[in-house]
Amino acid sequence: MTEQRFDQLRLQQVSRRFGEKTVLDTLNLTITGGEFVALLGPSGCGKSTALNCLAGLLPLTQGSIWLDDQRVDTLPPERRGFGMVFQNYALFPHLTVRGNVGFGLQMRRVGRVESHRRVDEALRLVQLTDYADRLPGQLSGGQQQRVAIARAIVIEPRLVLMDEPLSNLDAALRLDMRTEIRRLHQSLGLTTVYVTHDQEEALSLADRLVVLREGVVQQVGTPQQLYGSPANAYVAGFMGYRNLLSMTVTAGVGASVTASGHGVELTGLAVGDLSPGPAIVAIRPDDILVGEPPAGPSGNRIEVSVEVTEYHGRQISVQARLPHGQALQLRTDVPVERGEVVPVWIPTEQVLVFPGSQAAGSEQADRTEVGV
Amino acid sequence: MTTPASATDDRPRVALSHRLAERGVDRSLLLLLPGALFLIAFFIYPFLYGLNLSLHPLPKHGTGVLANYVNFFTDPYQRATIWITLKIGLPAALINVLASVPIAYRLRGKVRGKRLLTTALVIPITLGTVLTAAGMIEYFSGTGWLNRVLMVAGLTDVDHPVPLLHNYWGVMLSLVVSGFPFAFLLTLSYLSGIDPSLEAAAATLGAGRWQRFRSISFPLLVPGLAMTFCLNFVLAFSVFPSAVLLGDPQDTTHVMSIAAYDAAYQEYDYSKASAIAMIMAVVMLVVISTVLLGRGRLYRGSSGGKG
Repeated sequence: MTEQRFDQLRLQQVSRRFGEKTVLDTLNLTITGGEFVALLGPSGCGKSTALNCLAGLLPLTQGSIWLDDQRVDTLPPERRGFGMVFQNYALFPHLTVRGNVGFGLQMRRVGRVESHRRVDEALRLVQLTDYADRLPGQLSGGQQQRVAIARAIVIEPRLVLMDEPLSNLDAALRLDMRTEIRRLHQSLGLTTVYVTHDQEEALSLADRLVVLREGVVQQVGTPQQLYGSPANAYVAGFMGYRNLLSMTVTAGVGASVTASGHGVELTGLAVGDLSPGPAIVAIRPDDILVGEPPAGPSGNRIEVSVEVTEYHGRQISVQARLPHGQALQLRTDVPVERGEVVPVWIPTEQVLVFPGSQAAGSEQADRTEVGV
Repeated sequence: MTTPASATDDRPRVALSHRLAERGVDRSLLLLLPGALFLIAFFIYPFLYGLNLSLHPLPKHGTGVLANYVNFFTDPYQRATIWITLKIGLPAALINVLASVPIAYRLRGKVRGKRLLTTALVIPITLGTVLTAAGMIEYFSGTGWLNRVLMVAGLTDVDHPVPLLHNYWGVMLSLVVSGFPFAFLLTLSYLSGIDPSLEAAAATLGAGRWQRFRSISFPLLVPGLAMTFCLNFVLAFSVFPSAVLLGDPQDTTHVMSIAAYDAAYQEYDYSKASAIAMIMAVVMLVVISTVLLGRGRLYRGSSGGKG
């Protein structure tokens, strides 16, 4: 009893309100069969709400969800045929691993022999064949997570929903499980919607990313599109632009604009509709080069004072200060010392200037960097 | 603190207090002292005293050490109290537990008006048995409100009121009124301890409402229900005030506690009363250990999402 595949999953004007608060605001999204889509954003941005709405665990306040030409948002969760992996795994503690994985098949009244075969197959996929008769409480976190994944995929769901499945695992295990999830997706081709607050996870796993902020979609695109050209300062903050400086645009010629503030003047590329006035200048730590400017490309030469250095093996991560005290994060392989004033060089095309004020980007200021 | 190595032993000696602490012996054990003293003074000593008393029957009952027990089991009127008490205690506890499950299940998680309903259900506990019994006499008697309503509705007439007092049903009703809130509160707290994402997961796997309850919540709840049943049974089994006030204390609700009371304060035979109390304890123990033994065979681990 295999669920049939679909061509398109469409979310139309999906909204969800809790009382007065709009948690998800008119989300429009079309997902193609076989695609891996990540919903990315900090906690409270509405990504989990969107997933629960898809699963049927939360009713929509507005809008509709369609699988090709079948409307699914009016169906209860048990009739949608979607598999879900929960953040806390939600394994049934009184059932063995086999009982957990076989639960969905039992509900679908799959025969004993067939069910046994499919559970074995799923356990083999997640490499837990030897643990079939254990209770979940006897497994490690990573093993529990693999059981949860096996339980969701054994029913051959039309859609797999994953709600921050790796956030309870330690760093090394998280990397392994990420590869595992990618491998499963590539070998089974299951359409997946994956919710995460970890941009690295989203970039490495997804075919397409949806960045959400306070329930509103900020940008939808491939990892390359989002990483290369973030639509606004908020998305930039997620894509490794760890330096988001609020400055003032003073002059602009075409795509190139100049902004000043914090005792420096920076020339960069304008993104969006810029007019003289407040703006956010975004720079990745890796794009700031320590030393005198090379000949050739145009760029900005400024001087910064080194405040904190962190050793990272090949490179050092440096927190420096601009003349008026604004912090600037940079990474370099040039040895620098605390207290030193060093010249740095930032190529023009690596500086993005967004319209807006700091308020929009400030919540991103302490985000960890992409691609460490 | 370690003492320096001596000439005879090269290994550093670990201080006695540390070695004791490793075996769980330290000053925090003193915290158990008040409880232990209380148990000894108010439970163990009276229990042993009563046991001893029951083994010294009054001369008129015979000379054997077990004369009181022999008399109890050979006298059909006394022997019947075991059956009468079980016939009240077991169904009462079962009704309370079974009735509390659907209500608690509906009220788990966030529900509007939950606090109001919980408060309303808890009030009978706070009122005490006697006050409840007095109210029930007013309400359930032949001329009480319930029967009057039934008469107005034409379901009965003034000569044949529904008999709900001074019989088995009067006691049963009072045990449900006082025992149900207790069972409900316990069941609700057991149910709230079950991670709601388990049922959500079951739903995404295709389980409907009934299947989710039957396969997930109920099995996780059963150990808690067994516990609730035991506590409720103990309360119902030692029923005394309502058996006297609402029951038929010399006949159909002549429960063991009444038999013991009669022996002690009507016949002034403390030895016989102690023997009845001992038999009562054994019957309770048999029922409770049967239930708990069954419970031991079930899954009793955490019911959180992480297993």
